[in-house]
Amino acid sequence: MRFELMYESFFKIIEGIPLTLQVVSISTVLGLALAIIVALMRISGKKSMSIPAYYFVYLIRGTPLLLQLYFVYYGLGQFSFIRDSILWPILKEPYWCGIITLTISTGAYSSEIIRGGILSVSKNFIEASGALGLNKIKTFLLITLPITVRQALPAYGNELILMVKASSLISIITLMEITGIARTIISKTYAPVEIFLVAGSIYLIINFIIVLAVGLAERKLGTVKAN
Amino acid sequence: MFEVFSFGSSGWGDEMLMGALMTVLVSASSLLLGILIGIIFAACKLSNIFILKIIANTYTTIIRGIPELLVIYLLFFGGSGAVMYIAKIFGYDGYIELNAFTIGTIAVGAISGAYSTEVIRGAVNSVHKGQFEAGKTLGLNGYGLYGRVIFPQVARIALPGIGNVWQITLKDTALISVTGLVEIMRQSRIAAGSTHEPFIFYTAAIILYLVITRLSNILFDKAENTYSKGFVSKGAL
Repeated sequence: MRFELMYESFFKIIEGIPLTLQVVSISTVLGLALAIIVALMRISGKKSMSIPAYYFVYLIRGTPLLLQLYFVYYGLGQFSFIRDSILWPILKEPYWCGIITLTISTGAYSSEIIRGGILSVSKNFIEASGALGLNKIKTFLLITLPITVRQALPAYGNELILMVKASSLISIITLMEITGIARTIISKTYAPVEIFLVAGSIYLIINFIIVLAVGLAERKLGTVKAN
Repeated sequence: MFEVFSFGSSGWGDEMLMGALMTVLVSASSLLLGILIGIIFAACKLSNIFILKIIANTYTTIIRGIPELLVIYLLFFGGSGAVMYIAKIFGYDGYIELNAFTIGTIAVGAISGAYSTEVIRGAVNSVHKGQFEAGKTLGLNGYGLYGRVIFPQVARIALPGIGNVWQITLKDTALISVTGLVEIMRQSRIAAGSTHEPFIFYTAAIILYLVITRLSNILFDKAENTYSKGFVSKGAL
């Protein structure tokens, strides 16, 4: 063990934390919006809505994230109509390609969590709110949504941890976040175990904080019996 | 547009299929290694020995909390060194280099082992206590009890979970392309680079992964049905 090296590399690697957190939080927020849309499409009961949503989720869950990242970063740039379009300033940046890919990925995975949460809301609640004279939108916002959030929170906490882990892939498209910096130091110093311990601990701490925060939110919101 | 996928020396069709075969091979060997690791660590977690529990819990926490890519880098850069270090203890002083397939299998196997551990632990826990007691009453022990009575039940309960682990493992093998193993991901990168057609090669890779996923789903469903004979069918799922 080279403790001095671990000490030095610690200060280099923590410089990657802001980028990791930035990418994770932006794509989590955007992905949540996407997930709600996809989940509502899937349970809409209209085939023209639910079938595209089903295949979108199937496509994303059936392929590796790295492949999706390559597809967005290298694949789309092949076409001149994309390079000429107004989207190109965004699509040529590895930063935005990373965010787009992670957004789509978490959108697909979380839509299943949200769908499960919405479906777990008992019909009795919906009927009761109808009996009280609430319209559909009010029922969704005041009854379905709060219960869904509570139901889906534990599974969504797992998804957040998966997102932190998945964000390490953007180092492959040249972004210098935690894993990217760690890899650079490993190939310079050839001390894989030491750097792994440093970078790994940083990830464990981030994920531990997420676990604590989600646990706190769960306790604060309380639990409801689904039936 | 499709002539790039022709077979033989002029196209990439056969190379892509070989890449798909490599993906299946490395996923399958990683899954098997992972199940082996899973059985060992599930036994540790279920044992009453404190230190074994700590070791098993540390392993699953680390693997589930740290990016797969970091684990792969650790084994890719440190794997040969570790093997040489162990060989040195046994008196071998030469240079050993592990090939990409072995390192990939160990890395992805270590990752999928953590998930398998939880699946197997859950499955063993869900076997009714009466089954153990009944087996002992019949005078069974060791292989007779665990091999003939408990294992078939654990296998049946764990199978859907192992199916999920297989899907995760299959996708994780894409990451070992960064270490140079020529599977679907690496092959499509090479092809995309030399033909300047990244879009169609990554699309082809997406299709290959979806085909493998679909086929393995069918296989796992069949296996589940075979192992669930005599149990209430799960209905129109």
